[in-house]
Amino acid sequence: MTPPARASALLSRGRCFPAASRFRRPLVRAFCDAPPSLQDAAAGVASSQDQSEKVDGMKARPDELDIAIVGGGMVGLAVACALSNMLLTKHLRVGIIDSNPALKSRNYLKKDGIPDSRVSTVTPATISFFREIGAWEHVQYQRHAFFGKMQVWDYTGLGYTRYSARDVGKEYLGCVVENKVLCNSLLLRLQEENGDIEKMIYPTRLISLAFPSKSRQAPTSAAVSSGYTSEELHHSNLVKLELSDGQTLYSKLVVGADGSKSNVRRTAGIKTTGWNYPQSAIICTVEHITENDCAWQRFLPCGPIALLPIGDNFSNVVWTMSPEESLRHKSMSPEDFVKSVNNALDFGYGPHPHSGSLDYYMEKLFSDIGSTAASTKECFEVPPKAIGVVSERMAFPLSLKHSHDYVSKRLALVGDAAHTVHPLAGQGVNLGFGDAAALAKVIADGVSVGADFGDISLLKRYENDRKAANVAMAAVLDGFQKIYSVDFGPLNVLRAAAFHGAQYISPLKKNIISYAMGDTKWPLFS
Amino acid sequence: MLRRLGPSLRRALLTSSSAVPGCGGVQLTEPGLLPLHALPPQWRLCSSAASSNSPPPPPPHPSPSQGPKRSADGSTVSSLNPAEVAKFAAIAETWWDSEGPFKPLHVMNPTRLSFIRSTLCRHFRRDPNSSKPLEGLKVIDVGCGGGILAEPLARMGATVTGIDAVDKNIKIARVHAASDSSTASIEYVCTTAEDLVKEHKQFDAVISLEVIEHVANPLGFCESLSALTVPNGATVISTINRSMRAYATAIVAAEYILNWLPKGTHQWSKLVTPEELVLILERASISVQEMAGFVYNPLRGEWSLSDDLSVNYIAYGIKRVETPSVVSN
Repeated sequence: MTPPARASALLSRGRCFPAASRFRRPLVRAFCDAPPSLQDAAAGVASSQDQSEKVDGMKARPDELDIAIVGGGMVGLAVACALSNMLLTKHLRVGIIDSNPALKSRNYLKKDGIPDSRVSTVTPATISFFREIGAWEHVQYQRHAFFGKMQVWDYTGLGYTRYSARDVGKEYLGCVVENKVLCNSLLLRLQEENGDIEKMIYPTRLISLAFPSKSRQAPTSAAVSSGYTSEELHHSNLVKLELSDGQTLYSKLVVGADGSKSNVRRTAGIKTTGWNYPQSAIICTVEHITENDCAWQRFLPCGPIALLPIGDNFSNVVWTMSPEESLRHKSMSPEDFVKSVNNALDFGYGPHPHSGSLDYYMEKLFSDIGSTAASTKECFEVPPKAIGVVSERMAFPLSLKHSHDYVSKRLALVGDAAHTVHPLAGQGVNLGFGDAAALAKVIADGVSVGADFGDISLLKRYENDRKAANVAMAAVLDGFQKIYSVDFGPLNVLRAAAFHGAQYISPLKKNIISYAMGDTKWPLFS
Repeated sequence: MLRRLGPSLRRALLTSSSAVPGCGGVQLTEPGLLPLHALPPQWRLCSSAASSNSPPPPPPHPSPSQGPKRSADGSTVSSLNPAEVAKFAAIAETWWDSEGPFKPLHVMNPTRLSFIRSTLCRHFRRDPNSSKPLEGLKVIDVGCGGGILAEPLARMGATVTGIDAVDKNIKIARVHAASDSSTASIEYVCTTAEDLVKEHKQFDAVISLEVIEHVANPLGFCESLSALTVPNGATVISTINRSMRAYATAIVAAEYILNWLPKGTHQWSKLVTPEELVLILERASISVQEMAGFVYNPLRGEWSLSDDLSVNYIAYGIKRVETPSVVSN
């Protein structure tokens, strides 16, 4: 049986996706109507539990989970998938709490039709993670577009750089995949691993979350004499989750995968550092006459514009601009918008970069350094013209946000709940998948030594693993953003010089590409 | 790869009249192959790396013998030391506070457990990739304290008994284990290894970590552990070496500078060297198969296994089938 046939046989349920162009409803909105109640952590559980509900300690009750994942987006599903794919963790009872109807999908998404405008640029590191957990196979049966070339330039006309997968000895630099395809592939993989995925998904909203109180951490002799039943004692050590359908769950660990406005994070009292950029991003799908095979990014005074291939003759546009401009671009006629995009990717705001006096000096300067990357001498190219905008245009504000802690007792934050970065290099979701892989590995390590995986000292290892990588990437992207948001003569020349530096010094260029491709080494310092 | 102690080593140790560290290089034989996935690459069995070259420094306190005297037959006198029991009872409430007095044990625990998991998987031919590799094995944790070793062993599937001489520890351990369904089955008893021997209890694996340096009679203690182990069963013991480095790190640094441990937790004179431990266990019919050291990485704040036995180390041995040469009556 071929995989598509197998997948469609898994469940005869009809397809029911939200409209392709619709944003996935943020979980946050659904969640905030009831304030979380921290107080009933220990005592409340005790009083609400009926004494008749005596269960022996060994038997798992249906309302008790090992790991509750709040948010069934790409990163939340990736955590579940990674856990169910490892021998040490596949026995764990994992629940995913999300009311998004897309989680009911059990079939491949059709390749024909207009691609969704919500896409991710997945790096080779993410692709190998997906391969490892067996989900990439499903991506391959759905729409995806590899690209092997990348051109980055800026509006002053002084600098450009072209990256090619050949420079780092790889076949491709990355792959553009619709978010819904990534989610769907993870779901299909979960279905394969678990048989009945329905038991795993709680299609409901989280109303409240109560973490065990601190005092339970070290039970005292007093606690024994105060007459706790084993049941109460047991539950008081777990996280209590109340769902909108009236169900109450208890879990050893809660994974907050509920996005940048994470309510799990807020309930746990974890603070964030960050700032909003005075920018919004506008995203949509455009059509060309021929297929686009290169990722294009141009830095404009208001922010970068990217044109990413998404297969067939379609490309995805991610254009960062001021909030007012984004509203204007959202409401203008499609014809005007296409004109505006083509202008921004061609002569708008400034000339094409060309070999000029600066190039001459740069070349002279770097010719002594020796070997140059293969594509050093590649000429500047003009991106293919868009002939029409074929999806709804969506605008959303940008921000940088970093959680002070990724973990606390019985809690781990992943993806945007832990960190939101500037989307200019499409790194956000790759960092999220990196989190998912690292968290699953730490949980497996914990299981192997019989640890309680809600234990803070174990979870800290996940935080240590990920924080450095995430902060580095956020800082690099934030720096880029700041450098390009200033139009000031000398700075423009410096920027151009940096471009030339990146273009001519091949080890540096290789490092930059490797880092952007998801290798863990730091750029420049490795 | 881990190497095993060969019979020649055991003979060498047994025949040497004094078990003084520095009595000479211990020979290693029979490099044994291990399943690669089960072990970190840095695992080596050490020889007497700790002390073969430099004689140990003189003990800082000229061994004041505290507690009951060692009795030759070990029959009536418990191997426990009342002063030590009192010392631990005083801080029992803090067993599960991972930032409290027992923090070093919490930090070290995953490393100790990975050694135990790996050796027991090989000993009992269990699948190391299983989430419950010790399923069906009867394991006893002698000196279980608040249960920080017993609980992970239960999660690995073992049927665990935890014993401790301090009643308070047992109470704390019971309460804590009850709060998790996977550990609720642990049986905690306030008793001593000697008393269980009298009850003729036996276990597939007997584990006693960081205990032998606190007992009054290490030989009597090891004989009790041996008696509790079924023939061909496994025994695991960890302790601190009596070396210059151990004095500097485990006593001076950990107790006086870093305040990791309450002052007076360890007494120099009661520490046991790896050679002595092998010898004592041999006399108690346990053939030591593997030893590994623990080293602390202060930058990462983590422990790892190594071949350096000079401070903290762990030993795994097999209970011989023949009758013990020294029988505790």
